[in-house]
Amino acid sequence: MDAIKVRDLTKRFNGFTAVDHISFNVKKGEIFGLLGPNGAGKSTTMRMLCTLTRPSEGTAMVAGYDIVRDDAKVREHIGLVAEKLIMYNELTAWENLKLFGKLYNLSTDKIEKRVNELLKYVRMEKWKDARVGTFSTGMKQKINVIRAMIHEPEILFLDEPTLGLDPQSTVEIRELIKRINQELETTMILTTHIMVEADMLCDRIGIIDRGRIVALDTSANLKKLVSGSVQSMEFEIPNLTTNMIEEIKRTNFVVSVVYEDATHLKVRTTGEDAFDTLLDAIRKTGGKIRTVRNLDPTLEDVFIHLTGREMREETKSNKTSWAGHRHASGRVRIRG
Amino acid sequence: MNLRMVVAHSFWICWKDLVEFSRSRMRIIMLVLMPLFMMAMVGFIFPSNNTISNQPVAIANQDSGYTLHNPYNNTTIHINMSRTLISHLEYINNQTGMMKLSSAKDFEEIKMRIQNGELSAGIIISQNFSANLLCMKQGDIMIITDQSNPQLSAMMQGVLDKTIEAIGTQMAMYNLNRTFNISLNYTLAYIRPYRVEFRGVVEGSTNYFQFVAPGIIAMTLMMSVMTGLPHAISYERDVGTLDGMLMAPISRLSIILGKVMAQTVRGIIQAAIIFLLAVFLFGVVVYGNLLLVIVLILLTVYSFVGLGILITSFSDREETATMVMMTLMFPMMFMSGVFFPVQQMPEYMQIIARFLPLTYATDAIRKVMVLGADISAIGFDLALLLTFGTVLLAIAVPVFRKAMTR
Repeated sequence: MDAIKVRDLTKRFNGFTAVDHISFNVKKGEIFGLLGPNGAGKSTTMRMLCTLTRPSEGTAMVAGYDIVRDDAKVREHIGLVAEKLIMYNELTAWENLKLFGKLYNLSTDKIEKRVNELLKYVRMEKWKDARVGTFSTGMKQKINVIRAMIHEPEILFLDEPTLGLDPQSTVEIRELIKRINQELETTMILTTHIMVEADMLCDRIGIIDRGRIVALDTSANLKKLVSGSVQSMEFEIPNLTTNMIEEIKRTNFVVSVVYEDATHLKVRTTGEDAFDTLLDAIRKTGGKIRTVRNLDPTLEDVFIHLTGREMREETKSNKTSWAGHRHASGRVRIRG
Repeated sequence: MNLRMVVAHSFWICWKDLVEFSRSRMRIIMLVLMPLFMMAMVGFIFPSNNTISNQPVAIANQDSGYTLHNPYNNTTIHINMSRTLISHLEYINNQTGMMKLSSAKDFEEIKMRIQNGELSAGIIISQNFSANLLCMKQGDIMIITDQSNPQLSAMMQGVLDKTIEAIGTQMAMYNLNRTFNISLNYTLAYIRPYRVEFRGVVEGSTNYFQFVAPGIIAMTLMMSVMTGLPHAISYERDVGTLDGMLMAPISRLSIILGKVMAQTVRGIIQAAIIFLLAVFLFGVVVYGNLLLVIVLILLTVYSFVGLGILITSFSDREETATMVMMTLMFPMMFMSGVFFPVQQMPEYMQIIARFLPLTYATDAIRKVMVLGADISAIGFDLALLLTFGTVLLAIAVPVFRKAMTR
């Protein structure tokens, strides 16, 4: 049974195609992830499914209703947690939740009961009458999530739910999402540009790039796509020099080089003879290799394999990344 | 979606807006300060009454008197009529305190001192003043005013003219009495056969606040709808909370209705503040029916709501909304007779004013508040405001619905 069916959904803005004929199904009870870099069309897809934006072409059924013809019906069955909080800072948690409960035609008694339940669920009972504006971002996002749950929606849309949160809150929100999905059996569709998040939360992942879904499967199956093709290795080189890094970058099979710290390099390669060539390059510049570790393929590798590009956003600030300028297959031009 | 639900949802949105508003101390302060500033400002720019006091005025007396020669006994009498005039002027001024008199040499000196800002006006008594008077001619007096200040200039002209006229009348009365032996009690009727009295439609004197307070009420209402509404909606759109309302299973109409209700409440509070300030601080006397004023306030809001919604629909960002609003609002503020009477504007401006709803709102509120007019006197205004509001709403609501789902 499918909670969401999307067929050839397309959205154009003044000639620019943000979402380009995408089709996918979301099964009831699963967490479906849309993974892709910023501007890939994730949010636009979500907004169309939430009835906030009209598609230019194509159709979608959400909770059994057409998103254009029966948009009012769709709205009754869905909730949205977006990157921008849907909450009023001057209002207390209770007032915010009451407002949205009322907009979903719930009686005050029902809202009171539901709010107490949900606040308990996120362990925030004592903050009921405090103003949301005084909360930390993590607390705000928790209230934002239960706000979206106030009318017991069948489907919860989560658009970058952990964006802008501190690490501690990020973990908490991810746990909360997982818990709601498992305990309340809410179907979820989640967008993110964070690989780990998609990997951790989603039952199935659609990788989206430039408005198209380039692959769709479980995380494990997606990673199988890259085995033998893209390989990630971590070298420990005590006498690492910039010269050496330049030399590695020039090597034919290298896709990307991530400078992790003074002695560690993460190198992605494609092709059979990549490892040998790489060792030669390091030795040629006088590098001593202390350890080499073969890294398990990540969704990042999958993305690179499929698009030939990196998802830059994942690069942490303390790491420097060089995208290789030549792709082994030469299929896709790499943009820096 | 039935009407009851639409109203119920809009009530909650209005409730939310007002709670939010009431918790923002700054916004509450501005709610009170804005009308206060507005009233004080216009009161300061436009003198609120026609009384002047302590204006520095210089007199240049170029008349040296006239020497009468009596050929019979070969004596001479020196008569100085200008002295008499000045002493009368001083006497009157001591009672009214309108001027601070000083003396000057000639026109050049007065001119220089007006240019320096030392004087507001000057009086020049001509050289042959006494001679002319004694030879049964008119004595020439010149009043010089400061053209850079048209308001004061006009006022000084009026005041000086009136004062000198009064002294002249007294002299004429005395002359008539002496020359023709007419009883002093009748002389005034000879000189000025008509007596003019000024009276307004209602009691009390004219006061600029009386004129401007109703205008400011109408203008504030317009602003609270035209800026408040687009601002409130585009703000929520920018921060993302509008999505929460758009995603709820409610009519788009509830969203505008709720916002309009909240803006109306704010507008009425502000109108009430202006009203109270006008009455208690600026001495405005209200003659009209208060209930009718409230009806007019609601109608004014109604007439602008469509325009506000339309601006909201066309501007997808808060910045654009503000810009469009300003462009529309400023001409309305100055061309609708809020600060200056429409009748005093050039003809083409009057034609433009006729197309602005604020003109009718201002006119109606003013007539009711200041002149105590009843509903029949403002029927035309009411009909126009109602029509304007309805037509714009009929255009704006579908546009808004469409704009909300792009």
